Amino acid sequence: MIRIGDAARAPAFPVAAKAALGNAQLRRNVRHATNVIRGKRAAVVGEMADWEQLRDAAHAIKEHTIGHLDFYLEQFEENCTRAGGQVHWASDADEANRIVIDIMRAAGRTEMIKVKTMTSDETGLNKALEGAGLVPHETDLADLIIQLGKDRPSHIVVPALHLNRTEIRDIFRAAMARGDLSDRPEELAAAARQFLREKFLRVDAGFSGANFAIAETGSVCVVESEGNGRMCVTLPRVLITLVGIEKVIPRFQDLEVFLQLLARSATGERMNPYNSIWTGVTPGDGPSEVHVVLLDNGRTKVLEDEASRETLDCIRCAACLNACPVYQQTGGHAYGSIYSGPIGAILTPQLQSMEHSRSLPYASSLCGACYEACPVKINIPEILIHLRERLVDAGHAPTGERWAMTAAGAAFASDGRLRTAQKVARVAQWPFARDGRLRNLPPPLSAWTDHRELPAIPSESFREWWHRRERGERA
Amino acid sequence: MLISLFITCYNDTLFPETGKAVVRVLERLGHEVEFREAQTCCGQMHYNTGYTADARALMAKFVRDFAGAEVICVPSASCVAMIRDHYPKMAAESGDADLQRRVGEIVPRIFEFTELLVDKLGVTDLGASFPHAVTLHTSCHSLRSLHLGDRPARLLRAVHGLELRELPDADQCCGFGGTFAIKNADVSAAMGADKGRRVLETGAAVCAAADNSCLMQIGGTLARQGQAVRCLHIAEILAGGAPQP
Repeated sequence: MIRIGDAARAPAFPVAAKAALGNAQLRRNVRHATNVIRGKRAAVVGEMADWEQLRDAAHAIKEHTIGHLDFYLEQFEENCTRAGGQVHWASDADEANRIVIDIMRAAGRTEMIKVKTMTSDETGLNKALEGAGLVPHETDLADLIIQLGKDRPSHIVVPALHLNRTEIRDIFRAAMARGDLSDRPEELAAAARQFLREKFLRVDAGFSGANFAIAETGSVCVVESEGNGRMCVTLPRVLITLVGIEKVIPRFQDLEVFLQLLARSATGERMNPYNSIWTGVTPGDGPSEVHVVLLDNGRTKVLEDEASRETLDCIRCAACLNACPVYQQTGGHAYGSIYSGPIGAILTPQLQSMEHSRSLPYASSLCGACYEACPVKINIPEILIHLRERLVDAGHAPTGERWAMTAAGAAFASDGRLRTAQKVARVAQWPFARDGRLRNLPPPLSAWTDHRELPAIPSESFREWWHRRERGERA
Repeated sequence: MLISLFITCYNDTLFPETGKAVVRVLERLGHEVEFREAQTCCGQMHYNTGYTADARALMAKFVRDFAGAEVICVPSASCVAMIRDHYPKMAAESGDADLQRRVGEIVPRIFEFTELLVDKLGVTDLGASFPHAVTLHTSCHSLRSLHLGDRPARLLRAVHGLELRELPDADQCCGFGGTFAIKNADVSAAMGADKGRRVLETGAAVCAAADNSCLMQIGGTLARQGQAVRCLHIAEILAGGAPQP
């Protein structure tokens, strides 16, 4: 079944957002973290004279690749296989999980160490592994915090962004039986290091996602900041990588464009501290059994709609999340999906059934900050509008809204009707008007007046004034 | 020059003073203003909410209503963005070659109010007087779609007695977003509260913008808090009385 974790059961965005808005600590954490990343990003993007050309190049490469995805995926499979890798094709989340479980069982492994991967959250891999009696260990610091705290990622790049160090200390104290821990970052990092080191040395199966799968060479590329990923992809003898099919790029050389864009956009670094690239199996060096699972899970369905398929260009840098004023208010959990923020608002509905995410395309004021920040130039506001159109056309819009829009359309159909509508509204507002302001309007306008004042409709519209003036001048 | 005014539906209904101010400014500069009474709405609300068919009908009407107009002035950056950014695409998707041609003709003749003054008419000093501290909200459409840059600020700096105060986090959305303000009222209000806080930090008596929609959000938020800050469309400041000699 195509599913994005359990996003299909998530509450509507406005409902979840309201809950998030009530959590002052979460909002402080999210605001602080996104402001820090935005500041760092702005500094390192500002120093690039060819930033716009890089964005254009990335967009062109991605559009070309997405347009010839079948070709590049087969080329990847061929070259990866030739290098000793084993390529598996998974049509949906459950099939991907099954393939991973089968590989683990065939290799006689019961535990795995994992590099940070959003795609395995998309498929709900950890839950599936645990259901099969297997044990996943997250090794990325943020993902470890999420796993130990039995929490959910709230950000694509910084999954524990919604927590501060005191909250992290409490999670570590409980899960590591370390009542002595303070909330000093160095001490927390050292505790995680000690906790993980044992697993790196003992567990003999590694699992990763991929930032890029290179068709020309059959290589997989993972970038990270902590070095835990380097351990996971080099120490165990069995290595499994789960890759969304949109992550393929044609040539090794294309990394030149993407590695510059990704690090600067994602973490505000000039380059990621660890860039791991591996190609199949190298005898006597690293894993002796390398698997790559290529995941569809709705992606080919996204391809079918030409107006929105550039959604698949995304390189998961999360610059759009950090730039988004809506995300800054709510954090990621309100989006009900591991893909949050503006990209989540367009990706989740397209991957899973639209009716399960009716509210997500509306979770934006269309301010355009996401498009401006996107390193691969995905026109997110355009796609949001397009998805809204798809929802309306499919009959998923609320009845009241549909009625209001039809009424507004009728009123705007001629100036005579608009004049009448203005007059009617002026009379209808009377019970709510006081001192030139409207209060306590009925739904849906109560959504406005519950929070803000609304000016009353003045006694004369502009067109009435104009009419009067023209008559006066003629007289 | 004969300038055709597209007042926009919400300025017509809710903010007639803005329209009057635009007329005053343009006539004071010696231009003739026409108001084609058949006009109604550009279709932005419908389009942004997903009701594309309704928006397309309003686009066709707009193009009919303004046929032959040489210069069209619009005192709303977001409506200009609707016309400039979306009409060509919508017309192309309609498959109607004639509509597409007419949209292609009309788009270059559309000017947002401050664009018209600075770019087309080449004026920044309108001889206005407004002895108050003013901060300027740059709406998302004026910033990221129209790229108005410093045009509104240049116009305001030329106003006699006006002290322009910089708004912190000026590139942040005020949270209006059309139907977003209704469909996601809580988030919208939280964004509005942040913007309102920034406006208050400037200590300005007036918050100005090229969009009354944002000002309705910012002003409505501040008014609910009992704040005295006034929100004014930039045209209403520029129409202010000339300084005494």
